[in-house]
Amino acid sequence: MIETNKLSKRFGDFIATNEITFEVDKGEIFGFLGANGAGKTTAMRMLCGLSTPSSGTATIAGFDIYKQTEQIKKNIGYMSQKFSLYEDLTVTENIRFFGGIYGLSNQQLKTKSQQLIHDLGLEKEAKKLVGALPLGWKQKLSFSIAVLHEPKIVFLDEPTGGVDPITRRQFWNLIYDAADRGVTVFVTTHYMDEAEYCNRISIMVDGRIKALDTPRNLKNSFHAASMDEVFYALARGAKRSE
Amino acid sequence: MLPAWMKSFTHWPAVQNVVNDMKQLYIFIRKEFAHVLRDRKTLLILFGLPVVQILIFGFALTNEVRNAKIVIYDQAQDVASQQLISKIEASRYFDIAYAVMDRAGIEAAFKKGDIRLAVIFPQGFNNDLLHTHHAQIQVVADAADPNTATTLTSYITSIIQDYTAAQEPYQITPQIRFLYNPQLKGAPNFVPGVMSLVLMLVCVMMTAVSIVREKETGTMEVLLVSPFSPLMVIISKAIPYLLLSLINVTTILLLSTFVLKLPINGSIPLLFAESTLFIITCLTLGIFISVKTNSQQVAMLISLMGMMLPTILFSGFMFPVENMPLPLQLISNIVPSKWYYNIVKAIMIKGLGFSAIWKETLILVGITVILLFVSFKSFKIRLS
Repeated sequence: MIETNKLSKRFGDFIATNEITFEVDKGEIFGFLGANGAGKTTAMRMLCGLSTPSSGTATIAGFDIYKQTEQIKKNIGYMSQKFSLYEDLTVTENIRFFGGIYGLSNQQLKTKSQQLIHDLGLEKEAKKLVGALPLGWKQKLSFSIAVLHEPKIVFLDEPTGGVDPITRRQFWNLIYDAADRGVTVFVTTHYMDEAEYCNRISIMVDGRIKALDTPRNLKNSFHAASMDEVFYALARGAKRSE
Repeated sequence: MLPAWMKSFTHWPAVQNVVNDMKQLYIFIRKEFAHVLRDRKTLLILFGLPVVQILIFGFALTNEVRNAKIVIYDQAQDVASQQLISKIEASRYFDIAYAVMDRAGIEAAFKKGDIRLAVIFPQGFNNDLLHTHHAQIQVVADAADPNTATTLTSYITSIIQDYTAAQEPYQITPQIRFLYNPQLKGAPNFVPGVMSLVLMLVCVMMTAVSIVREKETGTMEVLLVSPFSPLMVIISKAIPYLLLSLINVTTILLLSTFVLKLPINGSIPLLFAESTLFIITCLTLGIFISVKTNSQQVAMLISLMGMMLPTILFSGFMFPVENMPLPLQLISNIVPSKWYYNIVKAIMIKGLGFSAIWKETLILVGITVILLFVSFKSFKIRLS
């Protein structure tokens, strides 16, 4: 689903992302880890078509990252670090707007928004402004909207920042549901407990991918009891931080 | 729903693309309207501003001076001077406070600060008039307030000219004539000014802020990742403000026609066409600002300082551009509101047609095209 080969991004002398190479399979939940400033967001922005790579190649869902950005855009979903729904629109209006700009028909919008509101248990809040919802609900809604148009891949940039563990668990249930439907999930996170939920993870340090495997294999090869220890072992040598 | 024959049309890929684009555009514009209509404060500014400005300028601020106190120093004391004085007295612009007996008295009166103007008749005023057909009157004005001084001297000059012109027949009626603005109302000058000010404020600030807001909240990123093209994002941001601004233009014109009793002398469709052009210029300015800034506060500040001040200073509606030093006159040429102000004045007050304003129109078009080009260029840079 995602294939990159020596993908790099330079800003002047600074190499934000340095020759990263990896593959992500269909239906996989791929965790993209790294400390602040390691280059995660830059890499993700390139994969989403928000930023042009300086060198290297990549394909997303079989489409070339340089030439076929329009096709890529139609086949991916994106949830940004900042909570990104319109606070002054209602739940239903947000669903219909974002579904609409992805070209869903009125009929699809109607059934899908009803389904979504039902699944999230938001029947009573459907006509309320999104700004009035608690953060956890906003994030769940934001994710559901990002996968509303049934993308092949969904990119999540630190989706669970600032919410409690229970809500985070519920959020991950939504991610599993999406993966079961065949959606490939590419997620960045700081939370090491979340890393354990992923099928495979990569850890970035100073713009390079330092490790890439399943959480279990990584723990074995680093003789670590938890992902926390693996992460510290790798990140200790980092030269950049915010 | 569409009739069957049209449905077969919509299966063509090209047609289908256009239909989809239009649908997405509609969805986006509907969302923009929801933003505006739900924000009570913005709405109040949007529609309250023109009404308040028109009323303030129309009733509180006016260039017209009435019942200005003046003194008369009549050294002649003859028929002609008496006639002229009674004419001045009859005018509603002047109020003769008292007569003074010497030059020192004039000075004292000015120093006390309660008079605006002094009229001095020389000795043998009537004699001069009868024998040499030429007499002089000295008019002294308090130029501490230059605008009032200019206005008053022009009033008094008219009265005097009128008197000389109507000397032979017995009947003398003071008649002051000013071209284009017979009643010397303040309104003709400020209505075009308020129009340019309001459109400038509303269009530039609102578009800039609404685009920058999406950058701040992160929704812009989501939009850019979506298949919705950046160009469409910009267009659908601009359209609601274009429509709302046209409502504003209508409000201002209705108020000036029915409340201020200022008729529109020229063609109304032409006025609206030119207003639409100016609104588009302002919208591109707003887009330009939003591309260059990342916070709502900065966008608002730039719109206010960078747009409102030049409009007030350089459009010619408060201060005459002709009297400015050359460098400032040159600067005034890049202020779009100056051109729009001149266009509106020409159409509304002088009743002129397109042939009189094609130059101004062309300049506005030019400014718009340059701004559009620069903003799209920097918008693309931002994306990479």
